[in-house]
Amino acid sequence: MPIIINHLNCIYEAGTVREVKALKDINLVIPDGQFIGLIGHTGSGKSSLIQHLNGLAKPTEGEIYFNGEDINDPDFDKKKLRSQVGLVFQYPEHQLFEVDVFSDVCFGPKNMGLSKKETQLRAYEALKMVGMEDEYFYQSPFDLSGGQKRRAAIAGVIAMKPKVLILDEPTAGLDPKGREEILNLIKSLHEQMEITVILVSHSMDDVADYVERIIVMNQGEVFLDDTPKEVFSHQEELEQIGLTVPTVTDVMRRCGKLGLSVDEQVTTLADAKKELLGLYRQKK
Amino acid sequence: MLKDITLGQYYQVDSPIHRLDPRTKLIGTMVYIVTLFLYRNLTIYLIALLFLAMVIKSSKVPLSFILRGLKAIVILLFITALFNLFLTPGEPIVSFWKFHLTKEGISNAFFLCVRLIFLIIGSSLMTLTTTPNQLTDALESLLGPLKKIKVPVHEIAMMMSIALRFIPILMEETDKIMKAQMARGAEFDSGKLMKKVKALIPLLVPLFISAFRRANDLAMAMEARCYQGGEGRTKMKPLHYGMRDGLAFLIICIYLTAAVVLGKYFALPLLFFLG
Amino acid sequence: MSMIQTQKLTFEYIRRDEEGNVEGITRAVDEVDLDIKEGDFIAILGHNGSGKSTLAKHMNAILSPTEGTIYVAGMDTRDDEHIWDIRKSAGMVFQNPDNQIIGQIVEEDVGFGPENMGVPTEEIWKRVEESLKAVGMYAYRKHSPNKLSGGQKQRVSIAGVLAMHPKCIVLDEPTAMLDPQGRKEVIRAVRALNQVEKITIILITHYMEEVVYADKVFVMDKGSIKMEGTPKEIFSQVEKLQNLRLTVPQVTLLAESLRKEGMPLSKGILTVDELMEELKCLLL
Repeated sequence: MPIIINHLNCIYEAGTVREVKALKDINLVIPDGQFIGLIGHTGSGKSSLIQHLNGLAKPTEGEIYFNGEDINDPDFDKKKLRSQVGLVFQYPEHQLFEVDVFSDVCFGPKNMGLSKKETQLRAYEALKMVGMEDEYFYQSPFDLSGGQKRRAAIAGVIAMKPKVLILDEPTAGLDPKGREEILNLIKSLHEQMEITVILVSHSMDDVADYVERIIVMNQGEVFLDDTPKEVFSHQEELEQIGLTVPTVTDVMRRCGKLGLSVDEQVTTLADAKKELLGLYRQKK
Repeated sequence: MLKDITLGQYYQVDSPIHRLDPRTKLIGTMVYIVTLFLYRNLTIYLIALLFLAMVIKSSKVPLSFILRGLKAIVILLFITALFNLFLTPGEPIVSFWKFHLTKEGISNAFFLCVRLIFLIIGSSLMTLTTTPNQLTDALESLLGPLKKIKVPVHEIAMMMSIALRFIPILMEETDKIMKAQMARGAEFDSGKLMKKVKALIPLLVPLFISAFRRANDLAMAMEARCYQGGEGRTKMKPLHYGMRDGLAFLIICIYLTAAVVLGKYFALPLLFFLG
Repeated sequence: MSMIQTQKLTFEYIRRDEEGNVEGITRAVDEVDLDIKEGDFIAILGHNGSGKSTLAKHMNAILSPTEGTIYVAGMDTRDDEHIWDIRKSAGMVFQNPDNQIIGQIVEEDVGFGPENMGVPTEEIWKRVEESLKAVGMYAYRKHSPNKLSGGQKQRVSIAGVLAMHPKCIVLDEPTAMLDPQGRKEVIRAVRALNQVEKITIILITHYMEEVVYADKVFVMDKGSIKMEGTPKEIFSQVEKLQNLRLTVPQVTLLAESLRKEGMPLSKGILTVDELMEELKCLLL
């Protein structure tokens, strides 16, 4: 179910001295099944944009079409939209509230009005999918470790079986191993559930290895929107708005500047290794 | 709606009123509020209006900004006025069906509204020109004598100032949790009362947990910075009465005398035009 | 001279169930021996739950050891007489920028510590000005902390500690909740304090890029110190770090994987500049 964003504008406190243009004329098409990285600074408008996508924020101007229907139409079923466009907030474990993990995951499906049996089935499936072991199901969510809490919170959204999954900074505050585990989890969710995933992050290194498309936002506008290779080829522009390219891309571009014939658009470690090794062996 | 409340907000600008010692402003506000309830006649409100206009003028806070604070209570004012107008027993002027518009009703409604409006404007003027910290400092200083009878004045003032610092943070957090639960299909605005109350659990539990976590963190941070209560503490911004405050007190005294004397001997009744 | 010295420092949490019965004992810190010299820049690495924060809280006498001893600037932290002197000598900056700012105006917050210490009014103003200038936040002295970015808030917190004129600052994951821009600001401020003001820095983190400039790195796991050495020595042991749920910076990872394939690069390369120098020699 594709999403089309048409001339979306969002202004907070319009007409006052504190007026903020959070989003300026955003036009995007998000087709089914893509794995997208949404990158930008704090205050670049990325959080505002994703809240528009599932109807939590109302546009000042412009429309958002989900599966061909205007989501801000008065007749449109917002609740259904929210189950189909799942949004995992930053530090989602801070929103857990139930006595045990399993009941917390049931909250979403229950709100959708599903039968008790279906609700529990979905919760079980979701918990399995995020790799939660059975022994934790009936523990208080507050006794889990940081990484497990986050998994439980993600399961809470997965259980609604969304067609589009949006995650706001899902790795914030985790240690390196935890970050890797969550990113791998998201990748496997994308593959297993065959859904669209939008990964919001401010780290290029985080997303470069995973996504097929990167949308860069700056000051409420779409700054770049392309494949990782193409986006990272704009190193100077990115640095001007305070973002960096992945370290390996930086290395390859510097090699290029030295006059070495390498592919400067490399974005992953494995490719960079192949390139440099090739050069070295040639030289020898 | 929430952002319309100017009571408790600080308006940053440099003015003679801003530079007054917060204790002067606090005492002045108290005096002003007392005068509002002294008599029920027009004279006192004309004098109060004059006083208020003078303070507003010298505070350099735009009138529109001050009046915005009233927006939040417009409905309240309207309802109370309506109730008082028609439900006060007395000498009827106009009657229709079961309702009687009485002289007493007009008088009640008028004084209630005027007092409320004057009260809100006056006290928001104080908070607009005084930082919350100055205000708590002033309270701590004015209530200082109560320490002798073991009232924990410093602790109360510190609690107030921490509460004021965390209110905006917790409001933002409430908004965030609400949105997150709405993203999971929760509804906060529909259904019957019981259902509504139940719907608050997913909001309140995380909010309380967060508040406790913050309190715990803050206590630790304060201890790490050598906080050990009011004993032996110095002040970065100690309070000093200056020349300006002397003048202010003089004006307050004049105002109080004028209000008491003129209000009593030159009382203009509200309903003089009605006979 | 020793700034912080520990001997077999051990700390145990007692876990209790809902009725308050003892369920078990967790050793958060397990016989740690440390010796940190005055003027050093020390980094303590470890995954979430490795005990590094618990260790940090001993350095400011927030926690008292279950067994063993810790001396801060020569004072035993179990000695109640010295507790305030210890807190003056070793300041502490915490993770969450919102939960450690007490004042409602930046300068008032920075003055909070000196006020508690009974510093005379004029001296407080002098210290506040110096401290805010040292972290580059002087221009914001009249602002409300709520309007600042995460990085700015943390710099205000650092200034608040600095105004107490400590010999040593312990930073407990000060960047965990910040975006890359904020992380850079904080690390830059911390390095400047170490180099210009000669203040001992103990930085606790799990971002590997931040420890590159440290004089010495300690790696913790399960409450005890598993590795110690210069950043170079630590980062040359990629696998060992990965076993401790940590990773090395991407550039180190790239250099390491090239070295394994036979390219004669030196061990423990930490920055892109270093790698480029060596690649230049090898490939040109």
